[in-house]
Amino acid sequence: MALSISRKNILLAAIAIAFLAVISRLFYVQIIEDKYRINAENNALKYKINYPARGRILDRNGEIIVDNKIIYDLEVVPIDVQPFDTLAFCEIFDLDPEFVKERFDYYKRYRSRIGFGSVTFLKQVPGEMYDKFAEKSYMFPGFDAVVRTARAYPVNSGGNLLGYISEVDQNFLNTHEGYAMGDFAGKTGMEMAFEDRLKGEKGYEIFLRDAHNRIQEHYEDGIYDKEAVGGSDVMTTIDLHLQAYGQQLMQNKVGSVVAIEPSTGEILAMVSSPGIDVSQLAEINKYYSELINDPYKPMFNRAVQSAQPPGSVFKVVNGLIGLQEGVLTPDTKYPCHAGYSVGRVHLGCHNHVSPIDMYQSLMMSCNAYYCYVLRNILDNSKYASVGDAFDKWREYVTSFGFGTKLGTDIPYELAGNVPTRAYYDKIHGKDRWKSLSIISLSIGQGELGCTPLHLANMCATVANRGYFYTPHYVKYNPGDEVDSTYTTRHYTMVDTTYFPEVVKGMELAVQGGPGATARSVAIPGIVMCGKTGTAQNPHGSDHSVFMCFAPKDNPKIAVVAYVENAGFGATWAAPIASLLVEKYLNGEICSERKYLEQRMFEANLLSRVKTK
Amino acid sequence: MGTGSIYRKLDWKLIAYYLVLVVFGWLNIFSSVHAENSILFDFSQRYGMHFIWMCISIALAAAIIFIIPSKIYNATAWIVYGLMIVLLLATIVIGVEVKGSKSWISLGGIQFQPAEFSKITTSLALAALMGKYGFLFKRTDCWIKACATIGLPMLLILLEKETGSMLVYIGFLLVFFREGMSGWFLLAGLFAVLEFILGLVFSPFVAILVLTGCFLLLYFIKQHQAPLGIIVTVVAVTFLAFLPKILSIDAVAAKNPFSADIWVALAGCAAALFFLAKDLVLRHKNQFLHFLLLSYIVFTGFIFSVQFIFNNVLQDHQRARIEVLLGMKDDPKGVGYNVHQSLIAIGSGGLFGKGFMQGTQTRFDFVPEQTTDFIFCTIGEEWGFVGSLAVLVLYFLLLARILNKAEQNDDAFTRIYGYCVASCLLMHILINICMTIGLMPVIGIPLPFLSYGGSSLLAFTILLFIFIRLDLDQWRYLKQ
Repeated sequence: MALSISRKNILLAAIAIAFLAVISRLFYVQIIEDKYRINAENNALKYKINYPARGRILDRNGEIIVDNKIIYDLEVVPIDVQPFDTLAFCEIFDLDPEFVKERFDYYKRYRSRIGFGSVTFLKQVPGEMYDKFAEKSYMFPGFDAVVRTARAYPVNSGGNLLGYISEVDQNFLNTHEGYAMGDFAGKTGMEMAFEDRLKGEKGYEIFLRDAHNRIQEHYEDGIYDKEAVGGSDVMTTIDLHLQAYGQQLMQNKVGSVVAIEPSTGEILAMVSSPGIDVSQLAEINKYYSELINDPYKPMFNRAVQSAQPPGSVFKVVNGLIGLQEGVLTPDTKYPCHAGYSVGRVHLGCHNHVSPIDMYQSLMMSCNAYYCYVLRNILDNSKYASVGDAFDKWREYVTSFGFGTKLGTDIPYELAGNVPTRAYYDKIHGKDRWKSLSIISLSIGQGELGCTPLHLANMCATVANRGYFYTPHYVKYNPGDEVDSTYTTRHYTMVDTTYFPEVVKGMELAVQGGPGATARSVAIPGIVMCGKTGTAQNPHGSDHSVFMCFAPKDNPKIAVVAYVENAGFGATWAAPIASLLVEKYLNGEICSERKYLEQRMFEANLLSRVKTK
Repeated sequence: MGTGSIYRKLDWKLIAYYLVLVVFGWLNIFSSVHAENSILFDFSQRYGMHFIWMCISIALAAAIIFIIPSKIYNATAWIVYGLMIVLLLATIVIGVEVKGSKSWISLGGIQFQPAEFSKITTSLALAALMGKYGFLFKRTDCWIKACATIGLPMLLILLEKETGSMLVYIGFLLVFFREGMSGWFLLAGLFAVLEFILGLVFSPFVAILVLTGCFLLLYFIKQHQAPLGIIVTVVAVTFLAFLPKILSIDAVAAKNPFSADIWVALAGCAAALFFLAKDLVLRHKNQFLHFLLLSYIVFTGFIFSVQFIFNNVLQDHQRARIEVLLGMKDDPKGVGYNVHQSLIAIGSGGLFGKGFMQGTQTRFDFVPEQTTDFIFCTIGEEWGFVGSLAVLVLYFLLLARILNKAEQNDDAFTRIYGYCVASCLLMHILINICMTIGLMPVIGIPLPFLSYGGSSLLAFTILLFIFIRLDLDQWRYLKQ
């Protein structure tokens, strides 16, 4: 027993020695060592945060879309403030004296918590105000201005495509590392997509303060300071002027325009209308409630978030599937007498010659023709049932990107909807539906939901004769590490040999003469291929849709315009898309089409949109 | 006597130490993260969450004292131990990776670290194993079983890359010591750490000089010839110290393919082997000498493997932390950043500190992990030397009381469990505080009862209160 007791005491003694070692080290660090001097009564370290400049956003030609401007945060160390000329102060900053009084009452109430610390008095003071303040700053001891940067927009182009930055909140802090209160972060659009590259790194300087709380020197000659590292500029694929022109064409209309360079998948312009004006973007907090309550929902990026029926532009897809499945040849002719009627099912069409072949069906946008095509696809005897054939059809459609998120770098992209066999089984009962039951899919109606981006991607696929690159708006410079998803060709399930046939039909739709749905928007000197669409929808008048690419050989641009509740595709969407094409390829609009441009600028279709 | 009077025998002092520490920890967490206008019970904040955890912990403590029968611990020790091993294994497979270590399990939105709780199960298993009648450290099968009991969870935790938690288990060696393990093992362990540092900071040669000197001294002291020993040691070490000089004389160097440390090591080991062989042939029964000679050879091997361990076994960030700690590299902005900021915070506290919620270093999160692993910074800054001292004294009183109570207990299970509790707490306290004041590399383990974190608070509470409950049984038996 004597042994065991001594062992306990040996242990206790060892613990005591270890604790004494710790205590003597603490004594050294806290009381003897001068390096960490700074005790409560006299010296204290002051940390000054240096905020980095956020990276700029450039367009495809290196022109600046989003820039920085210098603003100031006015900070105050309440304990240093002496009575000052409140009126002069308020004049400089355009303030209500009552506000100043309130703030100081607040500081007084929480003086123990603020201590020697500084608090932000005013945020985002513009440069002119700061200049006035700087002249007279001797009058206001305790106040100091900290440089920060705010966003500036040299051109009114982009709006919600660019997105905004705002001060981070607790929610954001909980889910993101490396941020602190007072930091800004991109919340939508490109600002969000490129946050990691744009944000840069905060720095700080450590100063020693003397007994009078004056800043004396850099602590330890600044070896513990950290320099702020500015964010990197990000080059995008957007064409600044094309984007601005698209916004101008879409003003006072609801809808979107997406332009893609087919040979790369680069997004040239992406307009969502009505959008956020860049002047509102810079001061988003001020306009936030106004924007969020706007009945036309300007915060909503329709180009990727609004999934709607595609309408007749979808005939191109059905045509391609028909060709691939061998149930259609370009020369197959079908009759149309103002529509397609079988039993009680009737799907109307407009007046045109009959019968017509596939080229003409695209040129004149015949509904009946595609009813035949879809029925041939679905009632194909090589499949055991309509359901099996439908599964195959759906596979084709999704291979174009429909019903899936394309995997772009655009935040909040929607997948849209392509109905499934299970869905129809649920509606009609298992296998109790026929090709006729879902005939509206033939003309891009029914349960189909595609975003304008999906349609633009499909248009680019046709322009490429059979493949697409995932659309994206980050631009890679030579030498950059490239995300391989953006450089991989994605082929559809339709053989590339069939694409020239529909291209020919789309060419006729614009260049084809009498009967061609889009001949009114033909551009002199440019061979453009296009397809109109008029999408019925439950919300009101038909949506006006148009997709096109040009030139026919080696296409440089593919455009989709989707104008909500505007009526015929040829009336609104087609002129807008064609003007964009002309602007991009020729740099200007030729004189015979000036009237068209004028009409688009002036048209106000907002009243056609039901906002409830 | 009714049961009520039994609870009067409850160790209220231990409970009081516990409560003071926990509440103090909570106040410091509040102080570390508070912003303008914050209130103590804001549950979206860490201090609010911690309050909830405090309530849960205290409720659980009450359940352990008043509801759960104390017999259950000894009876189920191995079952719980086995379940915990399974859980640790599962963590390696399905664990969530947090800051480089895969030691968290997510259950219904709540994440917890099984490693925190395996301390309890290991302690119980050790107590059950070593408390059994007939357990003797001298018996090979006994100490192998004991080592395996702590070795298994250590290995699994190491595989989770949670090196810090793994180190805590080394503390169980103190329990072994109390239960009869030779003190030489502890000394040898400390000596190994010393040699490791010497080998890294200076060179294997210096480490071997120190090794040779120490062993010579030890031998002569054991032979009761201390004065002679000092003379021999000084002469031998001085001679060896000049060896590199002699070896680099041109004429010698020309025929000299080895460096000095290799020569000394070879010569030393050869001599040791010679004496060992001679003694074994002559059947001398000098066990101590044999032990010394063998240790010499083992340590020589260890010194030469230090570089290998350092470069190949340790992970990059661990290597960097040790380099900074030993002053081999100065890196105030990188690895040394945490410790430096922590030292500024603690050092700026001075004698009395800046006062509650007056810490300036805390405001901009300059000290990382301020509420968890670096909570001691807040204490040092806001409560000064006096506050830090008070915390340490409180910890010491707590540890001493556990040891005394354990020693007084007649039940071996309770005694050994008590020692386990004290060892775990001690290791956490020392490693954590030494880390914040730059005496140890940065090893992320929580400070018992003070750090933020539901897992750790809960685990330490259970650990301690099982002991308090077991201790109560002592009185129950007396009454019967």
